[in-house]
Amino acid sequence: MSAVRHPVETDRDPGLQPERTRLAWRRTTLSCAVTAVLAGRQVLHTGGASAALAASLAALVFLVFLWLAHRRILQLDAPRPGLLPAASALAVVVCMLALAVFGAAVVW
Amino acid sequence: MSVFDQLGAGRDAVRLWFTPSRVQGEGETPDYRFSLANERTFLAWIRTALALIGGGFAVDQFLTDHLTHWARVTLALALLAGGVACTLRAVNHWVRCERAMRRGADLPVSRFPAVLALLVAVIAVAMVAVVLVGWAG
Repeated sequence: MSAVRHPVETDRDPGLQPERTRLAWRRTTLSCAVTAVLAGRQVLHTGGASAALAASLAALVFLVFLWLAHRRILQLDAPRPGLLPAASALAVVVCMLALAVFGAAVVW
Repeated sequence: MSVFDQLGAGRDAVRLWFTPSRVQGEGETPDYRFSLANERTFLAWIRTALALIGGGFAVDQFLTDHLTHWARVTLALALLAGGVACTLRAVNHWVRCERAMRRGADLPVSRFPAVLALLVAVIAVAMVAVVLVGWAG
C-alpha cells in the first residue's frame, strides 16, 4: 500500500487548465494569422505604395497579437497563473477593430 | 428595467473595461481555474470574430464571379460588422463574468448568441440562393 499523497502548492492542475488556456492562445494566434494573410491578399492586386502600407499594417496587427499571446503564454507557465491583465484584453480588441476597420476601408 | 437604467448599466460596463482594477476590488478572488475558463471563453469569441472578419475578406475576394459589386460590399461589411460586435461582446462578457464570479452572483445571460446565430443563418441562406441562381443561370 502506498501512502496517500497530499497535493502541494506547486502541483500541476490535473485538469490542465493553464495548458488548455495556452493552447487557446495558440489557436487564436493561428486564426489571426489566417485573417491577416487574407487582409494582405486583399490589397495584393492593387500594387503601389498604399498597398505596401496596407500589407504592412496587416502584418503589424499580426505581430502585435503574436507578442500579446506570447507574453500571456509565458505568464501561464506559473503553477497558479493570475487573471488576464485587462490591458492585454483591450489590446486584443484593438487588434480586431484595426483588422475590421482596415477591411471596411478596403472593401469600400 | 427602464431605458435609463439600461443606459446607466451600459455606461458602467464600458467604464469597467478601462478600469478593471475596480473588478478586483470587490468580492473574493475566484479559483484561478474559473478565471482561466473565462479567459478561454473570451478567446473563443475572439476566434469567432476573426472568422467573421476573415469571412468578410473572403467574400470580397472569392465571390467576384457570383455577386455584383454592391451585393459583395454589403455582405462583406455585414460580416465585418458582425466581427466587431463579437469582439466588443467578448470583452464585455469577460469582464461581467469575472465580476459575477467575484460577487458569487449568477453568470450574466444574453441573447447575443441567438442574434449571431440568426445573422449567420441568414447569410448562409443568402449564399445558398446565390449559388443556386448562379447554377441555374
